[in-house]
Amino acid sequence: MAIKILVPTPLRQFTGNKDSVLVEGQTVGDALKSLCATYAPLRKHLYADDGKLRSFVNVYVNDEDIRYLQKEATPLAAKDVVSIIPSIAGGSK
Amino acid sequence: MANVELSGEEIRRYGRHLIMPEVGMDGQKKLKAASVLLIGAGGLGSPLGLYLAAAGVGRIGIVDFDVVDYSNLQRQILHSTKDVGRPKLASAKERIEGLNPFVKVETHEMHLTSENALDLFAQYDVIVDGTDNFPTRYLVNDACVLTGKPNVYGSIFRFEGQASVFAAKDGPCYRCLYPEPPPPGLVPSCAEGGVLGILPGIIGTIQANETVKLIIGNGEPLIGRLLLFDALQMKFRELKLRKNPDCPVCGTHRTITKLIDYEAFCGVQPGWDSYARERQYEISVDELKKRLDNKEDLFILDVREPQEYEICNLNGYLIPLRELPKRISELDTAKEIIVHCKVGGRSRQAVEFMKQSGFRKIKNLVGGIDEWAERIDPTMPRY
Repeated sequence: MAIKILVPTPLRQFTGNKDSVLVEGQTVGDALKSLCATYAPLRKHLYADDGKLRSFVNVYVNDEDIRYLQKEATPLAAKDVVSIIPSIAGGSK
Repeated sequence: MANVELSGEEIRRYGRHLIMPEVGMDGQKKLKAASVLLIGAGGLGSPLGLYLAAAGVGRIGIVDFDVVDYSNLQRQILHSTKDVGRPKLASAKERIEGLNPFVKVETHEMHLTSENALDLFAQYDVIVDGTDNFPTRYLVNDACVLTGKPNVYGSIFRFEGQASVFAAKDGPCYRCLYPEPPPPGLVPSCAEGGVLGILPGIIGTIQANETVKLIIGNGEPLIGRLLLFDALQMKFRELKLRKNPDCPVCGTHRTITKLIDYEAFCGVQPGWDSYARERQYEISVDELKKRLDNKEDLFILDVREPQEYEICNLNGYLIPLRELPKRISELDTAKEIIVHCKVGGRSRQAVEFMKQSGFRKIKNLVGGIDEWAERIDPTMPRY
């Protein structure tokens, strides 16, 4: 089942400038792993060395934060859209 | 009904508000009675200052310490070409008062710190976050939660922006969204990554809109919602934001009950890559100048030789590099220490040595006193 992952601006440099990528995955964790398998340099920006998602990277399924679903075990259904939302600080000095 | 009156001139000025029932006389008086604190007079602060003033907010405070740079003019529409080199607060005040003389502009030329934030926030109804760095964002958030003030949030990067309203009492705060900041260096700043000049205009205007809604008490504020904007695709999206019961500052078991050291909180953490770690131990002459002007408590350590010190110095404490190992006990690990030499080589060695000796709050002045003489103080002799 192909799932669409939306890639935010700061991470597009690791996905060949693609703003969205289609991946296979039954859960959020699977989908992100398959994303990192295709775009290996992305991994260290999403995952800490211990394999956990970094605390400043939020992941949403549609409009819901996976921290309030089943985290990386959150199941995905057809047409679900996964968004990666990293923190940005710019106010433009 | 707010306890203020509108003059005939003000009624003419705000006529297009007054004829709408959603604002009306009641809303316009609320705006006049309201006070808003803008953190930053840059890209987001520019449209915020202009629109809030035009809308008739009675008192606008602005915190900034920067001067207008030529490269700011691409997006910071509060400032004009003639303002390059002036303090941003001076041009902001002039521009806002020119637009609407009924607005009282209060300028706060300082770094927002854990020492001054609570007193300052207490003087305003709404706080609007238009800063450009993580330590200040966490400081603004925590100070808003602690003082119970709504925090109108906006943030931008290249073509993408975020906005929300963090309201301590009713909704989630910034830490509910992002409990921790990314390591320094991992997320590029606008100065490094660039920003579309119009983007802060769009996001700042959304913040102004939310601020006005909070004041007049009408409409659906962005509380509990994170608005995402992509200027390239011209798409708005909205995500749900929940109050995190485990949030350290607004959750049920709070561990943060007063302001902390935000530079340290956003600073180096174990496990970060070497790039981030290196950056943590450096300071530019411009940043040092700003921090000294701001009367920050910095200890300047000069590791050159005494004869060099005689030629020129930054009033630093002199310990030549070769003497540092036996004299290191003269230094205080608790103080923030800026280490410099002539061009930055010896001071880098000194910083390395001090790190191994347990010092953490140390920074190497990149380019040394020579860069200082070239860029900051041209009257200083160079050798």
